[in-house]
Amino acid sequence: MTDLTLNPTRNRLQSQNWIEKAGIGHILLALFLLIYPAMASDFFLTQIGGYSLVLGMIALSLMLLAGYGGMVSLAQITVAGAAGYVVAIFGENNSGVYGFGWPWWIYGPLAIMIASMMSALIGWIAVRTEGIYTIMITLAVATACFYFAQQNYALFNGFPGYNGLRAPEFFGVYWRDPVPFYYLCLANAVVAYVAVLYGARSTFGLTLQAIRDNQRRMRAIGFNVTAHKVFAWWLAGLIAGAAGILLVWFNGRISPGTIAVGPSINILVIAIIGGLRHPIGPFLGAVIVVLMQTFAIDLVGAERFNTLIGLVFLVIVFISPDGILGLWERFKPQEGRDNWRSFKKAANKSENQGRNA
Amino acid sequence: MATNVAASRLQGTGTNALELDGVGRQFGALAALSGISMRIAAGERRAVLGSNGAGKTTLFNTITGDFNPTSGTIRFFGEDITTLAAHERIRRGLRRTYQISQLFTNLTVLESVYLACRGVSRRRYSLLRPRASDGAMAQAESIVHAVHLDGEKDAMVGTLSHGQQRQLEIALALAGAPRFILFDEPAAGLSPTERRDLIDILNALPKHIGYIIIEHDLDVALRVSEYVSMMHNGRLFKEGTPEEIENDPTVQEIYLGGGHRHG
Ligand SMILES: Nc1ncnc2c1ncn2[C@@H]1O[C@H](COP(=O)(O)OP(=O)(O)OP(=O)(O)O)[C@@H](O)[C@H]1O
Ligand SMILES: [Mg+2]
Repeated sequence: MTDLTLNPTRNRLQSQNWIEKAGIGHILLALFLLIYPAMASDFFLTQIGGYSLVLGMIALSLMLLAGYGGMVSLAQITVAGAAGYVVAIFGENNSGVYGFGWPWWIYGPLAIMIASMMSALIGWIAVRTEGIYTIMITLAVATACFYFAQQNYALFNGFPGYNGLRAPEFFGVYWRDPVPFYYLCLANAVVAYVAVLYGARSTFGLTLQAIRDNQRRMRAIGFNVTAHKVFAWWLAGLIAGAAGILLVWFNGRISPGTIAVGPSINILVIAIIGGLRHPIGPFLGAVIVVLMQTFAIDLVGAERFNTLIGLVFLVIVFISPDGILGLWERFKPQEGRDNWRSFKKAANKSENQGRNA
Repeated sequence: MATNVAASRLQGTGTNALELDGVGRQFGALAALSGISMRIAAGERRAVLGSNGAGKTTLFNTITGDFNPTSGTIRFFGEDITTLAAHERIRRGLRRTYQISQLFTNLTVLESVYLACRGVSRRRYSLLRPRASDGAMAQAESIVHAVHLDGEKDAMVGTLSHGQQRQLEIALALAGAPRFILFDEPAAGLSPTERRDLIDILNALPKHIGYIIIEHDLDVALRVSEYVSMMHNGRLFKEGTPEEIENDPTVQEIYLGGGHRHG
């Protein structure tokens, strides 16, 4: 990885020192994120920093499916929500329903496991479809889950959901305090980000991208395409599930509103604004959307807020189908241009240059 | 050589790589294939000829499971694979190339071939990056070399020339330990030099690997095969050695009469 390079397909196995391996862009970014608490107020630390990292992780799980696997899912917030409900039911809550009070180190892994299984199940339903139909079927699943959670009081406590969820205290730290919560989110996001970045070049990562490019050929070289796609959904569920736990610790509550259609589309908007080509995209998108949600509401009012975010979405998609990442790509120096969307352009260009010379 | 194969076919000795019995495929009212029965010995190299729309590609699709036949049975080394999932057939040693290249445009050449090697071995779900010392990676390197793509191994597949993409199609079919390969017009659109390269690659295949090659160019077909099947309107109507086919009056009339197509 040199710099924050946006062309994940070109890195060869070369012996490099760790600075070259990580890339100067990553190191600067890491430094900034590490010292951010020294500069930021509690509000900026939690409501902007922590929240962006959490939403970024959920969008990252979508990026994994859509960017590498070509499967656009609207059910990622549903998966995160599943983890959230597990936290509410098995951890502590103030709603007087369930709240078994299990320790975080039991309900945490349990929540991630259940969320990932649910993701795999949604995937197993969705992989029968292609393109727009995948979007439709995951939207249908997300909507069904929303209504089910809203009407089911036995398990989901219906419309009010669960309140009074508390982040744990351990190592003498209350992990919902601004600085610890920020670092907790940062640590999780970094693990997920690095895992996706590394995994993209792993055998399975290549497999997933090959499936995106040509399923028929994948079958004809011996791959069980369906099983590989479902596995990708399961992996995405791990990330979304972990983010779901952080999300309910952040909010202190979970209700059907958390997994409604609005939030689920929000995740798609984040991923697309940021760009689906590199795992940094979802985090960029999350920062932008969270900043807009926080400050634009004051300026234009809650009513017109969705119009505004819709406009920003349209403008970005219009000038750059690859989101912010695409813009960055366009204005940065030549070298990184031959990525997987624009390599054709680049090829034509160099061909033309060759001809002119 | 050709006569040996013909003789062994007649005696029915040894296992057959492929046995088709009454294979048919309907597309609505159109019978793209009907009543295809053929036996192909292990290690045999067979050419399938026939005019456009004769059903040659459809025959391949039913054998590899891209779609199933609507009637008949297909055996691969004695095992009934008629309704087996496509990837399972591949894992049993069947391979194919496509008439229209089916490649991974956003992977590199080496990555593509590596995946083809991985697809028929273990650790397909590995979340680790492949090491250069990985067996599948080492095999991929040697296959890339065998199809003369060394210079392009780190190039994105989408940037390859047509000829190079056709070579990569072949590389994907050679990965793993193929026992039998179906080549669908591998020479289509190739320059004369590339054609010669192709013939070299095919003739350099280990002797135990049999194949069927669909080829419009008789010169190529006859140089890489020992036995020829002729198809017309979804039926097999003639089988024989290259000499028999070339001299057969019906063949001349139906196929060669119109002047055979190049490319
Ligand atoms: N998926 C499909 N759906 C409908 N009809 C099809 C399909 N595939 C093939 N056919 C039809 O079946 C017939 C045989 O087609 P096929 O592609 O097998 O011919 P071919 O011998 O490979 O011809 P060519 O030399 O042009 O490649 C044609 O009439 C074709 O239109
Ligand atoms: Mg054909």
